Amino acid sequence: MENEEMTTPTTDADRRRIGVYICHCGGNISDFVDVAAVRDAVAADDNVVHAETTLFACSDATQHDMVERIQRDGLDGLVVASCSPKLHVPTFRAVARRAGLNQFQYTQVNIREQCSWVHSDDRPGATAKAAGLVRAGIGHASLSVPLEPVTVATVPSALVVGGGVAGLRAAVGLADLGLGVTLIERTDHLGGTVGGLGAMFPSNQSGRELIAQLVAEVAARPTITVRLETELVAKSGTFGNYEVGLQGPAGTDPVTATVGVLVIATGFASYEPALGEFGYGIEGVVTLPEFTAMVDASSGPLEYRGRPVGSIAYVYCVGSRQPGGNEYCSKYCCTATAHVAVQVAALDERVAQYHLYRDVRTYGVYELLYEEARKRGSVYLKYADDEPPAVERRGDQLVVTARDTLTSSDELEIPVDLVVLVTGMVPAENHDLTKLLKLPLGSDGFYNEIHPKLRPVETVVDGVLIAGVSQGPKTVSESVASALAAVAQSGAMLLKGQAELNPLVAVVGDACAWCGACASVCPYDAISSVEVEGVAVAHIDPSACKGCGGCAPYCPNEAIDLLGVTTAQVEHMIDGMVGPVREEVLVS
Amino acid sequence: MGAGHGAGAASPRILVFSTANISDPGIDLAGSQHRHYASTISTITVPCSSSVQPRWIVYALEHGFDGVFLAIDGDECAYLPDCNARSSRIAAQAQERLRELGIALERVRMAALCSVCSEAFVKHMDEFAALLAALPVEVAA
Repeated sequence: MENEEMTTPTTDADRRRIGVYICHCGGNISDFVDVAAVRDAVAADDNVVHAETTLFACSDATQHDMVERIQRDGLDGLVVASCSPKLHVPTFRAVARRAGLNQFQYTQVNIREQCSWVHSDDRPGATAKAAGLVRAGIGHASLSVPLEPVTVATVPSALVVGGGVAGLRAAVGLADLGLGVTLIERTDHLGGTVGGLGAMFPSNQSGRELIAQLVAEVAARPTITVRLETELVAKSGTFGNYEVGLQGPAGTDPVTATVGVLVIATGFASYEPALGEFGYGIEGVVTLPEFTAMVDASSGPLEYRGRPVGSIAYVYCVGSRQPGGNEYCSKYCCTATAHVAVQVAALDERVAQYHLYRDVRTYGVYELLYEEARKRGSVYLKYADDEPPAVERRGDQLVVTARDTLTSSDELEIPVDLVVLVTGMVPAENHDLTKLLKLPLGSDGFYNEIHPKLRPVETVVDGVLIAGVSQGPKTVSESVASALAAVAQSGAMLLKGQAELNPLVAVVGDACAWCGACASVCPYDAISSVEVEGVAVAHIDPSACKGCGGCAPYCPNEAIDLLGVTTAQVEHMIDGMVGPVREEVLVS
Repeated sequence: MGAGHGAGAASPRILVFSTANISDPGIDLAGSQHRHYASTISTITVPCSSSVQPRWIVYALEHGFDGVFLAIDGDECAYLPDCNARSSRIAAQAQERLRELGIALERVRMAALCSVCSEAFVKHMDEFAALLAALPVEVAA
């Protein structure tokens, strides 16, 4: 390799050859931070041989430039100041590897989520802070040492939690990749929500038939084990080698399994309106899931409690897009309602159907269903966000009162036989599972992926993937797509047969005089004493060390450092953040 | 006031030690939601708050920061079941040293911060900054 000298450890204070890239992020950073001033503030640093601003650091072109620059200038450190490390650390580690630079000699600096976006009201302050953060990154990189990941063998199997459409499809996909699969389902049957549905949009495929096909596919694969009435009750170990405890039906003993990854596909719950919310509780007021079940069960003109239904009002966004409540859009309900309206028209074309909506979000190809519903006589009336329709019963008659903002300011009174509250999706109740896996929840209460575009099925818990509606409202096809993404990601993680563990572990320095304090506080038994030249010192096993650093503060001689956040690095970072000029030692 | 910059010069400088997997996502979320806090607040990421060495806290306060905030994972810590107690011990040890140096103990603060605690983070920062701004000027020991 032409860059042999680059990977030579240079842990002393010798000058380093660091390249610094400061990203505009297309304006997300440069609109609020003077990136050129940040570059100028760091370019003269003794350890910096190249500093530039770039429109998009993550673009292929810039990555290519970085590789060339690292090789041409013999860089031994790389600092990228752009977005959160959650997004692009793998990207720039790969850049370093391609250039022959050790990937742990690259440092990510977050000047977007933790600078430009939170200081958009303070350009000078944001610019000064960004310069401090980049200096800190340079200080960190200037003390970086080349490290090689510790590799451990992984188990070629997966646990899928949830036997709905996403879990079933994931199980089939995982098995087809050659991975062993354990599929657990909390209830006594497979199929989830989709298993109870009749015709679904857009193709009128029956949910029951779709599930029956998937269940048959699962049954045809001997490497899939299905456990019904079973919940995940324990998880230990690390990515690639998780031991999971599964509790089956009451009276059965828990079983354990060893799996490489977990795919969480626990679905959703339907929003349940409060009594009185848009008339819920009044006879003749039903939710969308209740109504689709009614239509599914009908073979002729629609009836409700023995009486013919000649007119229907659909009230949209019930429980969705409500400030202070569920603020998100459930995405599927507009299309599902257009679809069910078309089915109603097919059963009896004389039924009058009124759709009281806020915005119609039949996105993409589903726009065709919206058009078909209107062609078949559905009337769409747009109500204002601050003036929702009122639903009441006057004697024998249900009446919906609303104002159509698009045609007239007059209040409309619509007498109907049935009111359908178009309810959305809410997170399923999974408190124990969430707590056990330490899964992060988004502000909407659904499971949170690391990034919706870049890492859409990964969570911050290594090897725990999420799929389907557990991570937010989705259509069936979107659920299946995310299940397949989780399958592909599982394959990428497990098919190599080994996983790279974080090499940023604790290390023992010369000051150690073995007292055993560190060993006594390590819950992973990673620390033992060894004799070096007749003297007992601590030894930390890098494959057992989890890299938490919890031992370091217990060392009376401050002999333990955590790689990646050594004391020297932290002090360099603090110096960098404070800035080159320190007018006062202490400020108040 | 210390070596402040620009419009943020009036705000105390706060160093936050934050955990990579839990509080960092919460602090990042404050950014994604475009919430505002003072630009004199910066973060150093650690895997676990139990890895913060007391001397780092003292070093930060001796070298230009007005306050140090430990964002801890509380019961959510994936590494250490007794993370709360360990982090408290670290803060107490740092304060012990600050007492010797004549630096106000209130300059070290600690609170649990979850992965979606963006609003709580901003609130913590505003409160801590107000507390620090009200402290009397200290002379370096």
